[in-house]
Amino acid sequence: MASAPAIQLVNVSKVYRKYGKKHFATLKSALLQRSILDELQPTDTFTALDNLSMAVPAGATLGLIGRNGSGKSTALKLVAGITKPTAGTVTVRGRISALIELGAGFHPEISGRENVFINGIMLGLSRREIERRFDEIVEFAELREFIDEPVKSYSSGMYMRLGFSVATHVDPDVLLVDEVLAVGDEGFTHKCLDKFADFKRRGKTVLLVTHQLNLVERFCDEAVWLDHGRKLGEGDPKRIVDAYVADVATEEDKYLATADEKAQQESDAAPHQEPPAAADDPTADMMKATEGRWGTRQVEITEVVLADASGEPSHVFQSGDPLRVRLNVRAAEPVSDIVFGVAIFNTEGVCVYGTNTLIEEQALTGIRGDATVTLEFAALDLVEGTYKVDVAAHRQDGAPYDYHRLLHTFRVKSRTKDVGIYRPRHQWTFDGGVDHRRDS
Amino acid sequence: MWRNLAELPKYRGLIQSLVARDLKARYRGSALGLFWSFGNPLLLLLVYSAVFSTFIEARADIKPYALFLCCGLLPWTWFVSSLNESANSLVAGGNLIKKVLFPAEILPIVSVLTNMVQFLISLPVLAAFLVYYVVTANTDGSPKLVDLHGAELIWLPVVILVQLVLTMALALIFSALTVHFRDVRDILANLLTLWFFATPIIYPWSAVTNLKFWLDLNPFTHLAVSYQEILFFPDNAFGHRAWLLALGAASLVLFLAGYWLFDRLRDSFAEVA
Repeated sequence: MASAPAIQLVNVSKVYRKYGKKHFATLKSALLQRSILDELQPTDTFTALDNLSMAVPAGATLGLIGRNGSGKSTALKLVAGITKPTAGTVTVRGRISALIELGAGFHPEISGRENVFINGIMLGLSRREIERRFDEIVEFAELREFIDEPVKSYSSGMYMRLGFSVATHVDPDVLLVDEVLAVGDEGFTHKCLDKFADFKRRGKTVLLVTHQLNLVERFCDEAVWLDHGRKLGEGDPKRIVDAYVADVATEEDKYLATADEKAQQESDAAPHQEPPAAADDPTADMMKATEGRWGTRQVEITEVVLADASGEPSHVFQSGDPLRVRLNVRAAEPVSDIVFGVAIFNTEGVCVYGTNTLIEEQALTGIRGDATVTLEFAALDLVEGTYKVDVAAHRQDGAPYDYHRLLHTFRVKSRTKDVGIYRPRHQWTFDGGVDHRRDS
Repeated sequence: MWRNLAELPKYRGLIQSLVARDLKARYRGSALGLFWSFGNPLLLLLVYSAVFSTFIEARADIKPYALFLCCGLLPWTWFVSSLNESANSLVAGGNLIKKVLFPAEILPIVSVLTNMVQFLISLPVLAAFLVYYVVTANTDGSPKLVDLHGAELIWLPVVILVQLVLTMALALIFSALTVHFRDVRDILANLLTLWFFATPIIYPWSAVTNLKFWLDLNPFTHLAVSYQEILFFPDNAFGHRAWLLALGAASLVLFLAGYWLFDRLRDSFAEVA
């Protein structure tokens, strides 16, 4: 590995101008004020990158991760030289190829063949270099029989494949990739990833911007986490990805909490809503059943708290974590006929699980004043996804005192992308002639 | 600015390919293809000839009027199309500027050059008409109005070069301004109509009496007059050369000024275009 980094950013800031109303300023007003250049001064600014420093050693692959709007693409454009930093310096050593938008320079009216040449020249190849690589480019894009057709007749997949193929055959020293590895079908995606691995093997420097965190873990030697234009962390990809995922979970938690609160407020606004026909049957299609709240309120569920093992309210859980559903209830007058029920639905409306105190023979004989009812699940053995909760207080014959329909949400996260709803505890074992890596 | 200007020749190959691409794309799908670069001026000449020999009485002082008209009209077409297209070029090519590392000035330059190629292709049509009139005028014994002076023709490339520099200068300015002020496109289109009538294309320069001073300030006046003197009027020598050379120098200065403005605004293109 060479000592000088291939990409270096030193104290780089990028401030975008918000032109706001001025964007539509007329030439007339500019001329009246006698200062066209003044008119182009921004009224308001947006800091996309704030004093960012980072370096990518030659031959290394660095992954840039972060939420939408965190400045990843801005950083990539600065490295590519498409935009200039407002402050700081960007240094890149070697020929750059930027996969920011595939086929950006394609002209729809002319053939794929001619577009390959023009695109190649734009990316810095000479005509002869393109001629030499032409067959390889077309072969890789799997477009042999269509290469002489005008590009406007291509499907978007063909278009992207050709763009990807040209850009990667430029043989850059530094490759910049912005979310473009998922082009084409499964087979082509694999080819792209192979091509990518090939770059790494040949000691090229790669800067990768992506939301596919598994790619970062798989390919990158290092990761940088950006948030609101600032660097929140850098180093080992696994560690950075974990930190980022944890942060996203916290953020989601906040979001779900406010969304739930809003749903509850809205249903409270119409307190004596009639139950929809489907309400009697908690397993009815969730898509059809509307969320809401209804019942006589003789027994009122004043608060519903989804909490983790330590009792802390949360909306995001890891698969396998415990979940506590705590209901704070109040009966203004004593009530003897009382059943509490809880049901969990997934986003397709399938009832994952439902139960109540009557079914489970908890033999409740009455309630008066304030009380707390807690249902604890020892382990949420569910696959990743968003789930909604119904909670209810009702009579033994089903007539509701207070029914909260789909008003409470939680999310289950998982590093495993297994499918279905329920994840039974499981383990693989291999005996005999099966080879496998340990600690993969 | 100077460094960027010095880098431009490196993009020769790209400019060449883009001009070729634009020409191809323009006629892709039409049966006659590049023939239209011939066909359009040819038909234009025929239409004008027909109109000014049947419907409208042509100016008596110039014969054949249709030919005179086309000596000014073909270069003007190059000029107008170049400006209209290049004003739009940065906005239309926004994808390139935003997503690919690409010197933006190439886009207006390509617009100007593409139209220049079309103009050059149309020249043989004009030449054929000229020769036809020269031959017929000389055989039917009428006074010799049209004549070709071989010696004057060597000035033709100079006129074209001056027009090229002037057009590029304006193309850079208008394309850069259009990115920020979309109004420029429409202002330009109307301005060019006015400009057309303020230029001695449909009337001869010699017929201008009032406002001659203002007409002299119009740079295209001198281009049009140069074309007409070289290609059309039988006067002995190309008398407009002083004006032409002065315009050439002014165009060069304007080009540098235009490039400076373009360069100044360059960094904003990737954000606003």
